[in-house]
Amino acid sequence: MSRTLYDKLVDAHKVCDLPDGDILVYVDFHIMNEYTSPQAFSGLDAKRLGVWRPEAHLAVVDHVNATRSREPHDAASKLLIDNLEANCTKHGIAFYGLGDRRQGIEHVVVPEQGLVAPGMLIACGDSHTTTYGAFGALGFGIGTSEVEHVLATQTLRYKRMKTMRVTVEGDTAPGVTAKDIIMKVVQVVGAGGANGYAVEFAGSAIRGLDMAGRMTVCNMAVELGARAALIAADEITEAALKGHSHSGQFAFKGESWVSGPEAVFDEEFTISGADIEPLITWGTSPDQSVPITANIPSALDYVSPKAKAALERSLQYMGLTEGQSAQSIKIDTAFIGSCTNSRIEDLREAAKILEGRQVAEGVEAIVVPGSAMTRIKAEAEGLRGIFETAGFEWRPEAGCSMCLAMNDDIAMDGERIASSTNRNFEGRQGRGARTHLMSPAMVAAAAVAGHLADVRDFK
Amino acid sequence: MKDTQMTKTIKGIAAPLPLANVDTDVIMPKRFLITITREGLADGTFADLRFDNAGQQRPEFILNNAPWTQATILVVGDNFGCGSSREHAVWGMRQLGIRACIGTGFAGIFYDNARKNGLALPVVSPETRDALLQFAGNTSGAEISIDLDSRTITAGEISVPFEMGDATRTSLIRGRDDTLDSLEHAGAIRDFEAGLEHRMRVSVIK
Repeated sequence: MSRTLYDKLVDAHKVCDLPDGDILVYVDFHIMNEYTSPQAFSGLDAKRLGVWRPEAHLAVVDHVNATRSREPHDAASKLLIDNLEANCTKHGIAFYGLGDRRQGIEHVVVPEQGLVAPGMLIACGDSHTTTYGAFGALGFGIGTSEVEHVLATQTLRYKRMKTMRVTVEGDTAPGVTAKDIIMKVVQVVGAGGANGYAVEFAGSAIRGLDMAGRMTVCNMAVELGARAALIAADEITEAALKGHSHSGQFAFKGESWVSGPEAVFDEEFTISGADIEPLITWGTSPDQSVPITANIPSALDYVSPKAKAALERSLQYMGLTEGQSAQSIKIDTAFIGSCTNSRIEDLREAAKILEGRQVAEGVEAIVVPGSAMTRIKAEAEGLRGIFETAGFEWRPEAGCSMCLAMNDDIAMDGERIASSTNRNFEGRQGRGARTHLMSPAMVAAAAVAGHLADVRDFK
Repeated sequence: MKDTQMTKTIKGIAAPLPLANVDTDVIMPKRFLITITREGLADGTFADLRFDNAGQQRPEFILNNAPWTQATILVVGDNFGCGSSREHAVWGMRQLGIRACIGTGFAGIFYDNARKNGLALPVVSPETRDALLQFAGNTSGAEISIDLDSRTITAGEISVPFEMGDATRTSLIRGRDDTLDSLEHAGAIRDFEAGLEHRMRVSVIK
C-alpha cells in the first residue's frame, strides 16, 4: 500500500487512539507568539500544570511590536511582550525577544534557525503554520486552548484530515512567482475549498521553486482552508537544511518524506503552469483575484443572485466599479512584508524592480524585513540602499506589522494598499482599509507606477 | 469533572448571517486582541458590523434588531470562521451569548476552537442552511432547537439531521477539559518519547 506523505507524517506521530476516532499526536516542536499564548499559560497556572518538555518550544515576539523602533509603541503591547518573556523565563522556554538577532516573524525565524526538517510535526498558535509543509513537515495552526494542551502534554488531540493533491504542471512564464501560483490555486479551489483537507502540492512548477517560493505556497494554503500543506522533500529541501544553527542537531531521516507512487488522494486538482499570470486581488476574500492584464468582474459575469450580491458588497467595500481595469486602480500605500513574502529572496525580487526607479508621488512605501537576520543580510547585499533610494521606508525592526495591523502600522479608513501579504479581509490592515494582494515584485511595480501595474512592463 | 452540566440540547432564537467567508478578523477585530485574559470580549465581537466609526449601533445589522438581539444561535454563510487562529473570536461569541452556529462548513482551526469552548457548529447541506436562514429571518422570534444526542435540528415544520464528529459531539455534551483528559495518557506519551532517537528530539538553543 502506497501512503500519502500526509498519512506517513500522521502515522509517525501517533501516540495512541482516543475514544470516538480521534488520535493523540506527538508535537516535535511548538512555536508561540505574544498574542495567542498568554491565556494558555494562565490556563496551566489555573490547573497547576507545568510544561511537559520546555526545550521543544520557542517563543518569538512578532505580532504586536512596533517596527519603527525597538521600543513598544504603547503600554498594552508592552504588556503582551513582557508577559511572554516572563512566562518563558518561568517555564524555561527559549525566548527570542526584541533586540535579539534571531527575532522576527515566527515563520521566517524558524527556517532561518534550522528548526524545521522533513518528517517533523510542528504546531503554533498561528494559522500560517502551514508554511512548514514546504520542508515536508506537518505544520498547522492551533488555538490558544490547544497551545495550553501542547505545553502541558507535548501532544494534540487530532482528527485525521482528508487528502487533496494540487498539481501545477509545466513552466510558468517570466514574471510569474510562487505568490501568483498560490493565488491561482486559491482562485481555482476557492476560499474554504480545502476545509477539512491536508493539501499536497505537486508538479514541475512546484518542484522548480526554491525553498522561499515553496514556503510562500504552503503559507497561503490556509487561505484555501487547508489544515496542512505539504511539498515532498527533495534535494532542494536537503540543501536548504545545511548550515543553520540547529540543523546538525536533528534530522528526521530513515523515511522518505514523499507520497508513495500509488498513493490515492480524496480530491485532485490540476492547474497548468502556462495558464498562470501575475495576479492581484480585487475583493475582500483571497479567492477574488484576476490577472493584472484583466478587468475586475462585473455582475454580468455571475448567474446566481447570491454571487451578484457578494460581488456588490466586495466592490462597495473596496471602492471599485465593476468592469474597471485592474491597472486603473490607484494606490495610496505599498507594503512589502509578512510571513508570506518578507524573506531575502522576496526583497531581492522587489529590489530588481526598484533599482533606478522612484516611488510615485503621493505613494507611501514601506518594507519590513521578516527577521533581524533577513534585514542584516539585505543590508549587507546593498538592498536597503536600493529600497531607500527608490523612496521606500526601510523598517529597522522585524514583525508582522501592517499585514494584520496589530501594532501601530494601521491603515486609515479608505486607504488603498498594494500588499505582499496573505489576507485582503475587510478591516484586515485597518478599519475600512482596502487591500490588494500580490507578489512583492508586483507591489514594487505598483509603488513606482502609483497604480496596480504589470511587473512584466518593468524590464 | 463537569459531567453534571451535560448539554444535550441548544434552543433559542436564531439570527440569519448569510455572508460567505466571515473571517475571524471580522468576528474579532485586532484592536480587541491586545489582552492577556479571555474576558471582556463581548463588545469586540462583530464590532465593525455592529457599530459604526462613531460607536453607534448600525441599524441594518441583524443582531441590533429585535427579536435577534436575543439570538443564541446563528445561521451562517459558507466558510464561516476562516482566517486567523485567534480563539478570541470564539471566546467573544460565547460571551455575547452565542451557543451555536449552523452552517455548511467551517474553517478547521475555528471548528476546533469552538469545540474547546462549548460553541456547537452543526453542519448541514446548502439547501437546509438556506431553509434555516429563511426561518431565522422571520420576525416572529420562533426558536430553533439543536439536539446533540440525535444530531437533529428542529425549526417549526423543519426537522433535519446535521453532521458533527463523534469526538466533537461528546466533548460538547460532556464539557470535559481536554488537557487534563490527555494527561491520563502520560504513560503512552512517555513511551512514545522513549522510542524517539536522540536526533529527533528538538532542543531549542536559548
